Amino acid sequence: MTRIMNTIYILWLRQLKRFIRSKARILGSLGQPILFLFALGFGFGPTFAKAGEGNYLQFLAPGVIAMSVLFSAVFFGIEIIWDRQFGFLKETLVAPVSRFHIMLGRTLGGATVSCVQGLIVLLISTIVGFRPVSILGVLLSLVIMFLGAVVFTALGTAIASKLEDMHAFQLIMNFLIMPLFFLSGALFPLKNLPPALDTITHLNPMTFAVDGLRATLTGTSHFGALTDFIVLLGIAIVFLSIGSYLFSKIEL
Amino acid sequence: MTDKKPSIEVSDLTKKYNGFTAVDSISFRVGKGEIFAFLGPNGAGKTTTIKMLTTLLTPTSGSIAVNGFDPTVDQNEVRKSFGIVFQDPSLDDELTAWENLDFHGVLYNVPKTIRTQRIQELLQFVELWDRKDSFVKTFSGGMKRRLEISRGLLHHPKIFFLDEPTIGLDPQTRNKLWAYIKDLNKKEGITIFFTTHYIEEAEKIADTVAVIDHGKILTKGSPSQLKIETASQTLEESFLKLTGHEIRQEEGTVIDRMRMIRRRR
Repeated sequence: MTRIMNTIYILWLRQLKRFIRSKARILGSLGQPILFLFALGFGFGPTFAKAGEGNYLQFLAPGVIAMSVLFSAVFFGIEIIWDRQFGFLKETLVAPVSRFHIMLGRTLGGATVSCVQGLIVLLISTIVGFRPVSILGVLLSLVIMFLGAVVFTALGTAIASKLEDMHAFQLIMNFLIMPLFFLSGALFPLKNLPPALDTITHLNPMTFAVDGLRATLTGTSHFGALTDFIVLLGIAIVFLSIGSYLFSKIEL
Repeated sequence: MTDKKPSIEVSDLTKKYNGFTAVDSISFRVGKGEIFAFLGPNGAGKTTTIKMLTTLLTPTSGSIAVNGFDPTVDQNEVRKSFGIVFQDPSLDDELTAWENLDFHGVLYNVPKTIRTQRIQELLQFVELWDRKDSFVKTFSGGMKRRLEISRGLLHHPKIFFLDEPTIGLDPQTRNKLWAYIKDLNKKEGITIFFTTHYIEEAEKIADTVAVIDHGKILTKGSPSQLKIETASQTLEESFLKLTGHEIRQEEGTVIDRMRMIRRRR
């Protein structure tokens, strides 16, 4: 048992070390969220308020935090494509360790790193004017962030396990990740949507992550925090299973 | 002599991809403590064979026994018994030399005190002890290879695989690398299996050479036997007689493209 814990721990630790040591990457990943907060937050603010929906920055910030967690998590899963030919992954695949434990360690590490990024964005949004409703709310939001990160890291891992080409990754970004983000209620409320949009947003795991963050950080939500939590937990388990199955089937 | 069981035994091994036969019913055996080389042009099937021996690829048909175990059945038993240096580096650039080795030790279940001791011994052996706390991204190609060799030996494997280990390295580094390997082989009796397309490497280092082309083993034997067989003065002559002078038609694969991107970095 200790053997398994050691393996998972060291893979988790490796992700953290890599993150802490790459200052350029940390700063780079903050660019987009800051841009969204400023441009959309202040840009749409007046119109949103006039429509009777309140403060747009309060509405938007959880969406932007979710965005940074989503992107970070998926990128992390996709790293496997490069890693498997030129990197460390081969070393782990050839070691006498179960693939499932490798995947678990990596995923937990990646999810932790994504949460840290989410926290940094949360901090930045408070500087810009966002006010979380309570400290407890912030702590609970961490749970949602972590679950969301696990969902998307597992998704990234599942996709990357099947891909060999870095260029296919571009396709995935534009046709999967961007739609997941834009059709999740991160940027607009889920009320009174046309039927097609309504269905899509309800089927999108990201919607529940965003809503969960909104519930814990601002006290308002479309589905309720508990529903969000349960749905995310269920999806996380499914994606983890699919991801680890596909990961175990990787042949070089 | 000691026991007669071979380190590696392969029988009618075949690998097919979408109608293309990469490895075509090859058979060979490698005795304990032997240095065995797979010599062949690019695309001959060398890397595919190593991948099947090291549990990274499943064969289409045929049987393999590595250290007595079948890689498709007893994966972990096989993995414990070998160390490997891949054709492309598999180190973590963002970690230090020491951390890379420590990591390996944890994955191979080497207990902490033994691990720390062996890391020191091995880093000193490959003359990288003074760089133990440097990030691997600051290392040259030769240093990375040396580090990979020390890492592959950390768990004291019985067999050491090297897939085209000296590509891109200068002659001094190449010489040094092979000196380490021969030293290991002599002192510890580790079986060495390497692939190469550098004929002089096979000639100088290997006890047995198997010439492979288009997925088939054309002939095998000691370098001197091969020269006699093909009535040649040098192994290079033998090799060209066996494989012909034609340049191989190769397809650029995804991996080749990625290697080119990598070199530009």
